[in-house]
Amino acid sequence: MARQQLPMSSARLTDTFNRRTFVLGSAMGGIGVLLAMRLGYLSIAQNEKYKAASESNRVNLTLIPPRRGWILDRNGAALASNRADFRVDLIPDRVVDADKTLATLASLLDLSPDKVGDIHDKLDKSRGFQPVEVAANLNWDKFAAVSVRLPELPGVVPQRGYSRFYPTGATVGHLVGYVGPASAEDYERERNPLLITPGFKIGKDALEKYFETRLRGVPGARRVEATASGRVVRDLGTREDVPGKPIQLTINGPLQDYASRRIGLESGSVVVIDCLTGDVLAMASMPSFDPNSFSDGIGRIEWKMLSDDDHVPLRNKVLRGLYPPGSTVKPMVALSFLEAGLDPNASVNCAGGLRVGNRVFHCWNHRGHGATNMAKGIYQSCDVYFYHFAQQMGMDVIAAMAKRLGLGQEFPLPVAGQSYGTVPDPAWKLRKYKQPWAIYDTVNATIGQGYMLVNPLQQAVMASRIASGLELMPRLLLDRHAPQPKSMGFKQEHLDYIHAAMNEVVNGRGTAGKARLPIPNVQMAGKTGTAQVVGLNIGNGKGGLWKHRDHGHFICFAPFDKPRYACAVAIEHGGGSGAAYPIARDVMTFLFDPGKALEVLEGFEKQWGGNVQQRMAARYDAYAAQYGASAPKAADDAQVAQEVAAENKPVPEPTAAQTDAAPPPPEPTTPEPGTPAQGASPRPAPGTAPAPATPATPATSGAQ
Amino acid sequence: MPRAYVPAAIARQPWRVLLPLAMLVVFGGFVLYSAAGGHLQPWALTHVLRFCVFLALAMLIARVPQDWFKRAALPIYAGLCVLLVLVELIGGIGGGSQRWLNLGFMTLQPSELMKPGIVLVLAWFYSVLPVGETRGWRAVAPAAVLLGIPAGLVMLQPDLGTGLAISFGAVVTMFLAGLPLRLFLGGVGAGLIVAPLAFFTLLHDYQRKRVLVFMDPENDPLGSGYHITQSKIAIGSGGLFGKGFGHGSQSHLDYLPEAQTDFVFATMAEEWGMVGGLFVLAIFAVVLRWGLKVAMNAPDRFSRLLAAGMTTTIFFYACINLMMVMGLAPVVGIPLPFMSHGGSSMMTNMICIGTIMAVDRWSRRSGSGLA
Repeated sequence: MARQQLPMSSARLTDTFNRRTFVLGSAMGGIGVLLAMRLGYLSIAQNEKYKAASESNRVNLTLIPPRRGWILDRNGAALASNRADFRVDLIPDRVVDADKTLATLASLLDLSPDKVGDIHDKLDKSRGFQPVEVAANLNWDKFAAVSVRLPELPGVVPQRGYSRFYPTGATVGHLVGYVGPASAEDYERERNPLLITPGFKIGKDALEKYFETRLRGVPGARRVEATASGRVVRDLGTREDVPGKPIQLTINGPLQDYASRRIGLESGSVVVIDCLTGDVLAMASMPSFDPNSFSDGIGRIEWKMLSDDDHVPLRNKVLRGLYPPGSTVKPMVALSFLEAGLDPNASVNCAGGLRVGNRVFHCWNHRGHGATNMAKGIYQSCDVYFYHFAQQMGMDVIAAMAKRLGLGQEFPLPVAGQSYGTVPDPAWKLRKYKQPWAIYDTVNATIGQGYMLVNPLQQAVMASRIASGLELMPRLLLDRHAPQPKSMGFKQEHLDYIHAAMNEVVNGRGTAGKARLPIPNVQMAGKTGTAQVVGLNIGNGKGGLWKHRDHGHFICFAPFDKPRYACAVAIEHGGGSGAAYPIARDVMTFLFDPGKALEVLEGFEKQWGGNVQQRMAARYDAYAAQYGASAPKAADDAQVAQEVAAENKPVPEPTAAQTDAAPPPPEPTTPEPGTPAQGASPRPAPGTAPAPATPATPATSGAQ
Repeated sequence: MPRAYVPAAIARQPWRVLLPLAMLVVFGGFVLYSAAGGHLQPWALTHVLRFCVFLALAMLIARVPQDWFKRAALPIYAGLCVLLVLVELIGGIGGGSQRWLNLGFMTLQPSELMKPGIVLVLAWFYSVLPVGETRGWRAVAPAAVLLGIPAGLVMLQPDLGTGLAISFGAVVTMFLAGLPLRLFLGGVGAGLIVAPLAFFTLLHDYQRKRVLVFMDPENDPLGSGYHITQSKIAIGSGGLFGKGFGHGSQSHLDYLPEAQTDFVFATMAEEWGMVGGLFVLAIFAVVLRWGLKVAMNAPDRFSRLLAAGMTTTIFFYACINLMMVMGLAPVVGIPLPFMSHGGSSMMTNMICIGTIMAVDRWSRRSGSGLA
């Protein structure tokens, strides 16, 4: 068409208009068809996909955290249970204005400034999807106050649920562990939406962690129809949660509580084992943390309090504390002599020391014990007797017996880990230090010093095996149908001899006369032990710096003639065994007459400033008053876990051959101040009722 | 319809299009009734009442002689421009964007009225332009000014959707007026060059975001892409026959934004399915086809351009809105004619209908016969 040449006319314009209108109409029609096809594509071809999307919009699935399985003691009493509570959490991703939200919550819930600081820290650290606990165990009024303000508090989740409750608090802290919100790492490992459900907690330590899968249970779910803004329109149904399965322990709850409380202000541990079955009846390590408040999240004040404590409250000393056992090994060594054929009446004259090679090893009693046979060696804890016969019998006999009785062994227990220490023998020393075994190594080992390191659980197992002659394996999970333990294969007369000597320690001419049980017809047999921490050139082990004082040990069983319970007590820096055996005495008393034992304990607790809870609360208040919100940030869960792990690392074995308990060149100093008080005068202890646990009356012997 | 039983004034109305239109409005009323959770208030009842009022207005417009239209074209246009400036000033004082004037009994959105207004003034312009000038610059420059002033003012508000609607109506009117084709081809070409530039310089952040999100809605499922995603879910989940009247979960649970205005089609499609969607499309086809037919049968240049321009305005509304809700266009605030709740849009569209009816009347008067 050559339009330019033609003159423009009305008719041509009308023609153009009609043509172009037709084009326009066609375009409209084309778009109409396109829209219809798009409609068909969306609603027919992709219908399934969008139906699913619409359904997932409409239905909100809320997980209900399952109630955690209970942890029970042997009689069915709860060591860890659940209690219904009201709680408030924050989901950081959904919070619009964190500062304003927190300020509102602080005023509604009466949160203290340090609490608000803790929540701030957690908000900063948390990944957006991890709920942050604001408060738990709220009363109804506060809970309701938050609930009505919800529309202006996006990201705040108030709910009623269950929280973990440990009725006896700190006394089961190390045994049971605690729970806490899952960490980001946990969530990445498991990818389970339950882990980021507000109010859900997983086991963080000890049994709670070990039995996580068994205790957890199956979450319930609530299906609701909810609007885009989260308002619930109606309930579509609720599936109940399946509570986790309980676990029943061999622990005797009241005994555990008593033992923990009885440790008092000391840093130490108590283990009680049933001599018939190997059941662990108590496994106390103090000071401890309160799993109740740990499970609510560790605040800055609490964290500072725990970090400042030189009694390492985060270490489970039963499994992770390694100590030279001191003289508590003597019954074991004596048994090894008997089994190797030594006549118990073979005697040695103790003149206060013995020359070994070119140096003199002293007895703790420098004045000497005179003629000493095996029984006297045990009840008087005469070092020279053991120096002498150990050289004669050889270290291999002793080491084999030590291992047989449980020292240096790791036991199949449901725990996070055990530090199993060292039972030295010539092969070990060659492997470890590339040095040949020396005679003074034997001499040291025979009195539980030198390289020998054990944990309190091993000491208790040793006591129970000596007591029963059975191959007892410590157990934490109650199994009433467990097979009878096998015999160790010791001659009964050997055992009887050792038992009698150990009985003499307490009820005769021995070193622990004040450990006599105030129970008629029940006599306890035991053995004291004092382990040197620093050389005598630094301190005498009795007083001075707490860190330099000797560890105190005591192993025992009762009744001595028909052993039923065995017990080991280890008190760090107690200044000697005098700090340990009164505790053992009272714990044993509790097994036979709880009332009498409790009466004694209550007397002590008055002097100590209240029971464990009261003392911890007082300490907390003092810290809160002193530091308040200015305390440094609390560690987050990952850090706490690390910290706990660090505390529970095995004590590093000495890298150099360490013999300073009785090194050849230095001054003759065998540290066996052993028993305080009656060290010099081994008269039968006065039959007086349990004297208050005197912290090591100045030992006459040690001073000499 | 047998003429004997109905008055001539009523029988004369183009019932073949008014009846389908009424059906669409009543259908829209049902959808709004459901969107309000089964209540006539606040939307369904006013929607239908407004239609009745504006239908009467349309019938009045239809009786206006062509002369009046021609004479009023420029003053109406000028008046609307003044109102647009006024809106801009008030908005400036109020400290924020404002698009409407509060008249007390209703809020008036001058930019809405400008959509038929620009078509009217351009139709008038080309009717007075000497035929010989149609291919010259004199046919383009004044029209460009006439378009530029209101389009610029509306874009300033900023209201991209309405600005585009005004421009589209005007450009199509110019196209139909017979301006050289190369102008439009050139315009398309220039647009391809300018659009990216404008995208990065002229558009507001939120507008740019909308375009980006349109390209990839899943990229931002909870932000701006949310609208498109939820709308597609609503339409797609409806299937062939829909979830049933009153059972649209997307709209009832507030997942669908603006369920009663811009996204009313999605609200409808969720409950009535593809069948409902085709019904709506069919009625638009009937109305638009009628408009174009009236235009082609119109007696003179002014009425032809007027009818075709008005039809285009309605088409643009419907087309952009439907493309938007189905995820074929970015989110721009344009309601669906005759279904979305909103007075301004209903008024504009009924003015367009009324104008086309007027053209229809003039052609019958002039006796050029009906198709």
